Amino acid sequence: MPVAELQYVTKNYGPVRALQGISLAIEPGEIVALLGPNGAGKTTAVRILLGLAEPTTGRAAVFGHHPASQFARVRRGAVLQVAKVPETLRVREHIELFSAYYPSPLPLAQTIQAAGLKGIENRLFGELSGGQKQRVLFALAICGNPQLLFLDEPTVGLDVEARRGLWRGIRAFAARGGSVLLTTHYLEEADALASRIAVIAQGRIVAQGSPAEIKQRGSAAGLEDAFLAIMNESEPSLEEVL
Amino acid sequence: MSRIYFLEAKTEFLKLMRMRAYVVFTILFPLMFYCFFGLAMGTQSANPSLPPMARYLLATYGAFAVMGVTLYAFGVGVAVERGLGWLQLKRASPMPPAAYFFAKFAVSLAFSAIVLALLFGLGAVFGGVRMPVSQWLALYGTLMAGGTPFCALGLIIGSLAGPNSASPAVNLIYMPMSICSGLWVPLQFLPRIMQNAAPLLPSYHLAQLALAVLHAPTQGAALEHVQALAGFTCLFAGIAWFANSRESEKMYG
Repeated sequence: MPVAELQYVTKNYGPVRALQGISLAIEPGEIVALLGPNGAGKTTAVRILLGLAEPTTGRAAVFGHHPASQFARVRRGAVLQVAKVPETLRVREHIELFSAYYPSPLPLAQTIQAAGLKGIENRLFGELSGGQKQRVLFALAICGNPQLLFLDEPTVGLDVEARRGLWRGIRAFAARGGSVLLTTHYLEEADALASRIAVIAQGRIVAQGSPAEIKQRGSAAGLEDAFLAIMNESEPSLEEVL
Repeated sequence: MSRIYFLEAKTEFLKLMRMRAYVVFTILFPLMFYCFFGLAMGTQSANPSLPPMARYLLATYGAFAVMGVTLYAFGVGVAVERGLGWLQLKRASPMPPAAYFFAKFAVSLAFSAIVLALLFGLGAVFGGVRMPVSQWLALYGTLMAGGTPFCALGLIIGSLAGPNSASPAVNLIYMPMSICSGLWVPLQFLPRIMQNAAPLLPSYHLAQLALAVLHAPTQGAALEHVQALAGFTCLFAGIAWFANSRESEKMYG
């Protein structure tokens, strides 16, 4: 059974058709990258799987349950595109509070270790660098000892070192058997982390496969060329729809 | 389960305690105003029918302080956390939604308790206010409980305002409402039209109730003011619930 699943999901925000019939399944132990340009529907797909939005039509399930169910909540963690979290709390206080929401959280020291926060656990959130802040948000995602992570553009705006640091954390989580759905518009990130890439454009999945398979689609040297080729291919059909 | 509620409230308290703007606006300002208007006038009465100013203003600045603590904690707190995505992360987590609001309520009570204790201390030590312990406690309890409608009012602001507009929105409601309810200057000195309109404001009823505890002259019976405050609480809570569900439909739905 897939750990998370979207079946023929559409989502309209008024006249805006954010998702136009998406099917996607994440199997246990997989890192799936949802790759697409801004506005493609990546965040909407994640929001539906987090129970923050209901599909207009179609079905979403997490561990076979409704995404908003407590059953799903205690088994998943998330990094969202959060603009700001309370800045006058210490790293340790943030993690302690979030850990308390879960029935069997990781020990505090282990969360701090896994997220690379050792040495800064007593700093106020507002005093941290961008990379450190993102690591705190990652710590909040893993502190409940979840089996599934949703990471919505977790490395946007980070420098190379901070990005690599977060990648290590994600790989370590997957190595322990966790599943990950990652949205990104960095091709390199999808290539480096994912066992499977789903390319999303204008609310549809236009290509899906391993990074190697996706690259072959473009008959070109890199993933970037392949991505652009897929985008161009998918355009006529989108015009028909519109 | 109760541990989540406790931790949520403790964390919320630490968060606000370390925010300089919150502490200055909600604790320092009412104390400062009380020093200027209450202690400076000391044992003088503004009018022979009124108690000494230090005593009279203890009730009204007490109401003013409790309003500030709750309106900022709920109004600005919820608006910022909702507007900048923090609340979404919590909504996606297993946190019981009630814990979030419980924490805000508990912390409003805690800050009210602190600011009232300081205010009463100023009144007793520097303002020469003397009354039986039972009366001090009755005033304390009345003002603490009187914060409830403003939690709900703050929640309305928090559900509708953006993260940057919440603070001005609170000020725009808080300051005029305080003046029009006679919290800064006794109602008797306001224009007749403002005196007539004051019963439309929840803060007026809280001030009248607090003044009644001090045996100062008030308008209307205490029970009517309690009923009015309960009515405002229900009304505001209803509007907040409506605003919140509309908002979540727009954002989450």
